[in-house]
Amino acid sequence: MRYVSPLSAEEASNHLFSENGVSRVLAGGTDVLVQMKSGIVEPDLIVDIKKIPGIREIVALDGFYRIGAAVSGSEIKDHEDISRMIPGVVEALDLIGSTQIQGRCTMVGNLCNASPAADSVPALIAVEAKVNIFSPEGNRSCNVEEIPIAPGKTSLKKGEFIVSIDIPYRPKFSSDSYLRFTPRTEMDIAVVSAAVALTMSKDGVCEKAKVVLGAVAPTVKVVHEASRVLIGSRLDQNTIKEMSQFCIDACSPISDKRGTVEFRTDVAGVLAARAAKKAYSRAGF
Amino acid sequence: MTQVHIKTNINGDNLEFLCGPDETLLDVLRDKLQLTGTKEGCGTGDCGACSITLDGKLVCSCLVLGAEADNAKITTIEGMSDGEKLHPLQQKFLDHAALQCGICTPGILVAAKALLEKNPDPTESEVRYWLAGNLCRCTGYDKIIRAVMDAAKEMRS
Repeated sequence: MRYVSPLSAEEASNHLFSENGVSRVLAGGTDVLVQMKSGIVEPDLIVDIKKIPGIREIVALDGFYRIGAAVSGSEIKDHEDISRMIPGVVEALDLIGSTQIQGRCTMVGNLCNASPAADSVPALIAVEAKVNIFSPEGNRSCNVEEIPIAPGKTSLKKGEFIVSIDIPYRPKFSSDSYLRFTPRTEMDIAVVSAAVALTMSKDGVCEKAKVVLGAVAPTVKVVHEASRVLIGSRLDQNTIKEMSQFCIDACSPISDKRGTVEFRTDVAGVLAARAAKKAYSRAGF
Repeated sequence: MTQVHIKTNINGDNLEFLCGPDETLLDVLRDKLQLTGTKEGCGTGDCGACSITLDGKLVCSCLVLGAEADNAKITTIEGMSDGEKLHPLQQKFLDHAALQCGICTPGILVAAKALLEKNPDPTESEVRYWLAGNLCRCTGYDKIIRAVMDAAKEMRS
């Protein structure tokens, strides 16, 4: 195995592109090192991206926050403006692993690990985050939901890697929430999860909504019907019930030791309802 | 396998080492630098026994490559006491009998110190959540939490 720590995105991409064997990008390492130790992956090349200028920074730009691919979960949690703007994303990050893991793990790593149970991914999709990809064919951007295509698989091509995530500033009367079910309160993986982001009018009518479920399908699931039914409502009980049902209908989970199909499906409806109410109250209603 | 040449700073001392590209910082600390206070438990970031700080952040050294320590500032349990004088946390762990077999203790001390540097006056539940990634199979945690709370109190006065 070779280890390289390039000083530019172009150099990193060249390394990834020209490697004939298995290569892995290293940022926080909380997934890739575990996979190496357990023999799931035996890389020929590790490309540590942390020395690329700007990749460990959070910058406020015109219209969005740009968060570098190697910014750790705890650095995002410690950012007061971001915590206020997208509490749902931050509470998702706060649920990943221990203090020690949060000191290293990154949102981009969580996304590229492509687990359907990734905590930060539903929350990022709900707030319409985009990723910026360095590519030998020319840099491109896409929505977060276009990255994972199957458990453990991403849409990134050879030589490509994500350099940053853009999170659009949220309009007034907006908020979000993320909830997950786990048997324990800490150090666990989501059995089911739900993220809801809302933008309300000043008198409390929903103008924009996004409902996203985790761990109920091979990839994170955006439930468009559930999002649509919230729009125009004041999140009254009947609307919430309807939204819950759309979430239940959208589930296609597996049964495993952590939960059955029936359990996951049922809990998805409950969590989506609770997350919607929480986002509504956080938006000021 | 080509060795990587690393210059780093551990507990205030500048030092250099050679390591394999796939060698973890935990293995470097223990096997190359004889800093064996940092323990290996699970090796997968679940137990916290190998906790150190890397550029001020609390991390599991089993999930860091030795090569990543280049130009970093690292602190380990060996840097905690001031010569013979124990850190208040170390003293309180003795006073409260907050350890039995001792394998988890260095990691918990390093983690607790990082907490008190960030938050000198934590609530009990903040301490419990902060230390959720440090497993102890002997004490049942209560004595550990009491020792940390007591050390925090002493360090504030």
